[in-house]
Amino acid sequence: MNAGTKFAIGAVLIVGSVGYLMASGVKQTGQYFLTPSELSQKIAVDPSFYNVGMKVGARVVSGSVTRDMAAQTLRFQVTDGGARYAVVYHGLPPDTFNDSVEVVVEGRLHKDGVIYATNVLAKCGSRYEAVPKA
Amino acid sequence: MTVLGGLCLWLAFLLGVWGALAGFVGGWQGRRDLQESARHAVFAMCATLFVAVAALEWALFQHDFNVEYVAAYTSRNLPIFYTWSALYAGQKGSLLFWATVLSLFGSLAMLLTARRHRALLPYVAGVVCTVATFFVSVMLFGQANPFHRLAYTPLDGNGLNPQLQNPGMVFHPPMLYLGYISITIPFAFAIAALLSKRLDADWLVAIRKWTLLSWLFLSIGICLGMWWAYVELGWGGYWAWDPVENASLLPWLTMTAFLHSVMIQEKRGMLKKWNLALIIGSWLLSIFGTFITRSGVISSVHSFTQSNVGYFFLFFLIAAATASFAVYANRLPLLEAEARLESMVSREASFLFNNLLFVGIAFSVLWGTLFPILSELVQGTKVTVGPPFFNQVNIPLGLALLGLTGIGPLIAWRRASISNLQRQFAAPVTVGVFTALVLLVGGMRDGYALMAIALGGFVVATVVQEFARGARARHRQYGEGHAVALGRLLARNRRRYGGYIVHTGIVILFIAFAGMAFKTETEATLRPGESAILKSPYGWTYTFTHLGVSQYDALNRQVTAATLEIARNGKRLGVLTTEKRQHVDGFGRPTFQPSTEVGIRSDLREDLYVVLAGLVNGTEQAVFRFTINPLVWWVWYGGMIVALGGLIVMWPGGGSPAVKRTQAGYAVRLVGEQ
Repeated sequence: MNAGTKFAIGAVLIVGSVGYLMASGVKQTGQYFLTPSELSQKIAVDPSFYNVGMKVGARVVSGSVTRDMAAQTLRFQVTDGGARYAVVYHGLPPDTFNDSVEVVVEGRLHKDGVIYATNVLAKCGSRYEAVPKA
Repeated sequence: MTVLGGLCLWLAFLLGVWGALAGFVGGWQGRRDLQESARHAVFAMCATLFVAVAALEWALFQHDFNVEYVAAYTSRNLPIFYTWSALYAGQKGSLLFWATVLSLFGSLAMLLTARRHRALLPYVAGVVCTVATFFVSVMLFGQANPFHRLAYTPLDGNGLNPQLQNPGMVFHPPMLYLGYISITIPFAFAIAALLSKRLDADWLVAIRKWTLLSWLFLSIGICLGMWWAYVELGWGGYWAWDPVENASLLPWLTMTAFLHSVMIQEKRGMLKKWNLALIIGSWLLSIFGTFITRSGVISSVHSFTQSNVGYFFLFFLIAAATASFAVYANRLPLLEAEARLESMVSREASFLFNNLLFVGIAFSVLWGTLFPILSELVQGTKVTVGPPFFNQVNIPLGLALLGLTGIGPLIAWRRASISNLQRQFAAPVTVGVFTALVLLVGGMRDGYALMAIALGGFVVATVVQEFARGARARHRQYGEGHAVALGRLLARNRRRYGGYIVHTGIVILFIAFAGMAFKTETEATLRPGESAILKSPYGWTYTFTHLGVSQYDALNRQVTAATLEIARNGKRLGVLTTEKRQHVDGFGRPTFQPSTEVGIRSDLREDLYVVLAGLVNGTEQAVFRFTINPLVWWVWYGGMIVALGGLIVMWPGGGSPAVKRTQAGYAVRLVGEQ
């Protein structure tokens, strides 16, 4: 066997393992990214979407936030204008979290219709671009 | 001044269009007058854009809040330091900064390029002008003119986002930008070589130095970014696989691959097509990175607001990719290899595998970053992958690469003999195995971390062995003292031994990354006098005692600071302060969200990282997050060593590096082999 062929085998092995790692990585760690409306549509047709790890991107409903600092519990509602879900999160919210910010909630929707979050990311649209005062 | 700035943008635009035309046509038709004109256009564009930058800085320092950009990013109470950096804090200013730096790099390329590469320069000028003109036209036609005036004048500006008010932010974005922007120069040389059909070994030298420069800037920029994220964002880590971070990593990976495979082309005349594709790819990835940062197509915590600027970049990306690969495909017949691979056990083969791994990692990072878009296109549902995906894929690939870091430099060119392998690898492999055994006996059970440290030991042993052999050979041949021999070895073979220093830095980084596998964390709500306890991975017990909260006003912010006393195994170590800051405008009204100032106590073994999450109902009872991050300090050290090695490799002077390396390298090798 000449060196070129051997190298080709090595290359196929590397490319193959990269492909395998990527495919299994997506399978094991991929999460649905849904808006509340999409989630309610999915759940209506397919109840297996309960208790599945996912991310929900939405806006916090203004005035819906209750913080229990001592118990480190945060309750709020999220909406995309269509459906609306209640969220419960144990832990520390990011600095940028407030009651009108866009959030990505990572967690599971339980049968009681509440999303139990394991992580809340606040996306501050004005992170770099502050909106000029009108 | 803003009128002048606006005029400068238009002037730069016209100069750029002219420079591009004159460069390409002049190069193509061999017309000296046009070539000269293109060269001057680059200089003129640079000067014009510098005037525009000066005009914008003038407006910033004058607090001319009638200028939208000034009102949006600064305020009267902003420290001067950050007023300067507001230049690149926003979309519009950073576009100006980008175009200016590019024209500066272009001018340097015009001035510094050696006489024998002069034939490439008209095309280089053409490419630089095209790219810079693109950035200027985004400002002019994409509603992103930084000199845009408001219909009224606000009394005070909006102020700079507090998270950008950190010393790291003053250096990190420009460094990263310098890295991103300077990739255009090697890309311009690659396109110039293709267009002029000067595809001999010579053009490589011109490209390699510039690639090294942008690689260095990008490396430093990425490290500073990690540092900023760590000290400022308060989530307890330095790398989150965020799309914007990935965007900076992608061209770094492909450029690193290029810096290795270019050696094979120099030595053996192989891989020409591959190398050119890597350079073109790196540049496209840098533009792609700019596109995803600015368009909002992929949600990221870093993103600029969504704007139509993204479409400009997408269009430019597609047009540039099509044009460059069309030229590339057209010239493929001129890029045939001069030699073939002779053996699997050779330096060529190990470098090829190294390249495959780099590109494989880059591809998986790109894939993971784009996965939400791809899955939505294919399945109709967005699926995201996060840090677990990137870690799962990249840790094994990274470890394989780490192993090759030790193997590649030691294995012979063309075909390694058994005796060569024994001579080179006996000691390093022993060191690696010994390291693994010590860690196992010491109780480390994390497989990946163990492998990272053991492979690290192996690689460091190869580096030490190389330095020792080289120095000993000089000692014997020239009778130099050992220290002098070591110094001269490094000075006379900067490329080779500087490269080893970079490898050492990379090993330290890998070991530091492995340390994060042992991070521990706890959250606690404490009244003054109460304590939280956290075990460190070294088996120590840390006690954090809440001493109290103080609140006071500083220059442009209200500070809430909590002080904690730290003890290790009952022995007092000192106090640590962690803050919550509410930035205010000139009238004392709050601006932006509150921001966190992390309390960090570093030593070589571990960092104590304390975040004040908030106060309970305004009392002194406070909520904290305590994290112990092992070996973080080594990330910053490793980064500095990588940068130092890169500087040594780049340091100019003393004849052609290729000649020197061959002479010195062979002399050392011959003597060493006796």
